[in-house]
Amino acid sequence: MTPERRQELVLLRRARDLIDRRYAEPLDVPAIAASVHLSAAHFSRRFRAAYGETPYQYLLSRRIERACAMLRGGASVTQACMAVGCTSLGSFSSRFTELVGMTPSAYRAEQHPESRMPDCTARLLQRRTIAGRTSRIREARRGPAA
Amino acid sequence: MPISLHYSPITVADPEAALPFYRDALGLPVAQDVAAGGQRWITLGDTGGTQIVLSGPSAGRSAEDGEVLEELIAKGAFGPWVFSTDDLDALFERASSNGAEVVQEPAEQPWGPRDAAFRDPSGNLVRVQQR
Repeated sequence: MTPERRQELVLLRRARDLIDRRYAEPLDVPAIAASVHLSAAHFSRRFRAAYGETPYQYLLSRRIERACAMLRGGASVTQACMAVGCTSLGSFSSRFTELVGMTPSAYRAEQHPESRMPDCTARLLQRRTIAGRTSRIREARRGPAA
Repeated sequence: MPISLHYSPITVADPEAALPFYRDALGLPVAQDVAAGGQRWITLGDTGGTQIVLSGPSAGRSAEDGEVLEELIAKGAFGPWVFSTDDLDALFERASSNGAEVVQEPAEQPWGPRDAAFRDPSGNLVRVQQR
């Protein structure tokens, strides 16, 4: 691996760690790209090439995953929406429905076999389910991340 | 018949560059350091407990496989290796003042433990939780 390639992967990894760490804060792709000193467009392309999804999809998946865990734990839809950094309930609900295949309130009312698993395992399962559905998301090229 | 994990290999880009993180930042004692055929295997951890063994991507593999592995490590594909300590805050303090890359400050996790997370110098994820 060339030093340039390694450096690029290190930056992309740090950006992904930043999403994992701060997804619940108001965070958008330009801010993430700026944190690793890359332009938003270049960063999104390279992130997708490395991780198979765009940073926007990754951020959204993290938010919805966490919201799912909160809803399974009995949080209200509004609580879950606010806790994962989404400020608009309407846009949260529609993104949630696109990714999970049902509305947040329907999800909240369902029985979840994941709640009988350790949370970290449930999280991985959830991530695979969500990852399989991200192709249905239209990329938001403009505007806030969620 | 009791059984427990004896040691776990951790593949790093360069064992020598990884050593200060595992030895000085995390505080694992070096148990063994073996060099052979241009490769190095460094065992850390108390004898009797679970130990880790640091080695390079192409130790015991083809150069091609080593190259693929090194990319995956740099991308952060591996881990977490999860350690526990009776004083997470003190450990976090020491690790961050030793220059460890912090992924997460000590925090209560929704799934139970209070823990912190670091990347080793190659990109492997290491978590440390309060015992």
